[in-house]
Amino acid sequence: MTKTVNNRAWLFVLPVFAIVAFSAFLPLMTVVNYSVQDTFGNNQFFWNGIAWFQELLDPSSQLGERFFDSLWRTLLFSAIILLIEVPLGIAVALAMPREGWSVALCLVLMALPLLIPWNVVGTIWQVFARGDIGLLGWTVNRLGIDYNYTGDPLDAWVTIIIMDVWHWTSLVALLCYAGLKSIPDAYYQAARIDGASRWAVFRTIQLPKMRRVLLIAVLLRFMDSFMIYTEPFVLTGGGPGNATTFLSIDLVKLALGQFDLGKAAAMSLVYNLIILAICWVFYTVMTNVDAERERVEA
Amino acid sequence: MARITLDHLAHAYRPNPRTPEDYALKEINHVWKQGGAYALLGPSGCGKTTLLNIISGLVRPTRGRVLFDDLDVTDLATESRNIAQVFQFPVVYDTMTVRENLAFPLKNRHVPRDRTARRVEEIAHLLDLTRVLDRKASNLTADMKQKISLGRGLVRPDVAAILFDEPLTVIDPHLKWQLRSTLKEIHRALDITMIYVTHDQTEALTFADKVVVMHDGAVVQTGTPDELFERPAHTFVGHFIGSPGMNILPCRVEGATAFIGSDAVPLQRAYRTLSGGERIELGIRPEFARLQPKGAGLPVRIRRIDDIGRARIARVELGGRPLAASVPDGISIEGSEASLALDPRHVHIYANGHLVPGEALGGHAA
Repeated sequence: MTKTVNNRAWLFVLPVFAIVAFSAFLPLMTVVNYSVQDTFGNNQFFWNGIAWFQELLDPSSQLGERFFDSLWRTLLFSAIILLIEVPLGIAVALAMPREGWSVALCLVLMALPLLIPWNVVGTIWQVFARGDIGLLGWTVNRLGIDYNYTGDPLDAWVTIIIMDVWHWTSLVALLCYAGLKSIPDAYYQAARIDGASRWAVFRTIQLPKMRRVLLIAVLLRFMDSFMIYTEPFVLTGGGPGNATTFLSIDLVKLALGQFDLGKAAAMSLVYNLIILAICWVFYTVMTNVDAERERVEA
Repeated sequence: MARITLDHLAHAYRPNPRTPEDYALKEINHVWKQGGAYALLGPSGCGKTTLLNIISGLVRPTRGRVLFDDLDVTDLATESRNIAQVFQFPVVYDTMTVRENLAFPLKNRHVPRDRTARRVEEIAHLLDLTRVLDRKASNLTADMKQKISLGRGLVRPDVAAILFDEPLTVIDPHLKWQLRSTLKEIHRALDITMIYVTHDQTEALTFADKVVVMHDGAVVQTGTPDELFERPAHTFVGHFIGSPGMNILPCRVEGATAFIGSDAVPLQRAYRTLSGGERIELGIRPEFARLQPKGAGLPVRIRRIDDIGRARIARVELGGRPLAASVPDGISIEGSEASLALDPRHVHIYANGHLVPGEALGGHAA
């Protein structure tokens, strides 16, 4: 098939370029601009080179120490979230009914947490987990377990993780469910005829067929958890101490709390690059898997 | 190795079936002989897949029993029956190689490793899969995958019967023929009962020694391809098998003569028992209704003549009803008026769709 080459067609794409420039590129350039300058107020800026970046990436500096603390915290959080939500989501998807009226009920119930605005989720759990009036906090305390998410770092982490699991496992489960639904019945029937155990069916049929949706689920959950802001901000405000100060929270503190625009700009650029880099890894893995298939097929 | 008996088998997908319409599969009694090649032929939705799934144990019948030899397996799970099934769409385990695919049923049954390996080689050789044994199964063509599906059934030494559920649906036309002859060869090489479900009469008639024709959840005829062609037991069989199918004409029968409108057709058998309340029809295959120049025979009007390669088929009209007839070689017909000569040996009379045996004339059976 031959393509018609007509360079005037680019004119049609021009409005998109303009919109993207104004909505993304220009604001980003502002950040780049801040990241290489310093100011002593009065809206007077001085060229500062890459000093902010050097300070940020130097773990021995105050800024660097703070940045790496937040970074490890966020990475740990994302890892825990993925380790819990992915297997749990698969398990939930496997347990969901395949047909009948209960399918619709299940889907609606599962989708409910996804429909709640982030800050409302934070508020719900802030109240739910309170030791004095919250159903969860009160019950746990009455069971004799000393639980206080505003005072104990571990309790705060556990609360945020449970909140995130409650909020987002549905997404993984729904994606996996869609993957499972696309497996024709003949596969299960063939497996029964072949005498496959339940585990073998999962290993040889369900998991391979779910692989693509799982990669998407992992990617989405990684990005969301790595950028988490609203829920922990509402629930713990980053505390106690800095125990739940994730990168995004730290960034807002730096930019809007201390008004260190240069440091904050450098930090947000590095933050952005980390997300891009990790997403690129995921993307490469995903496309490589497909490419390998095609190569063997050809 | 086993004989499969269906004993008063019936199945309804809805609970508490009452009327016959509730049954996807109406009562059936049938014996599949050990080592036979059977085809289960019928249009989509006639219950053939249901029947197949009952035999393999994927569906439990509402009523009746399934026996393998003398053992009642009705309540036995699929994996404990000596049955393998090949599905419409090829099922292979994507992550495994062809070798692992073939070994899978044996691995699940804890067969020793060296025996498994030997058996896999054997079956791969039989199916001509040796070249691809170490390739990923997901990357092969549909016909290869279908062979792997079949191979997973064949590796099991205990398999008594292999069920095929329209296995050639997704196979390229030029490979269909090849795969079908592979099946025939395997059937000859191994003493395995094969039951082949299809809606394609060519597939059924070329594959099977015995064809079971199903219609509307019931078996309407079981017989060799010749029997189905020569003596359809039901107007459905006459119409469904053959290309074009049998001509079915409403008629009136008096003794050994049928009347289509006012035209008399002599019959070879006498029908005395036909009462007035039934729907009486005459069936004649186009192959036995020959077109000839206007003269003796049934007066017909020619619509068109199709050349279908090995023969010419005339589309004609008799008293306003469309009919197909064969045009003998060397006959040319002027104009649109012609006559039809029916071979009395191949004229059948049906009451409410079922063949009426009639009584042979002259006191001896025809």
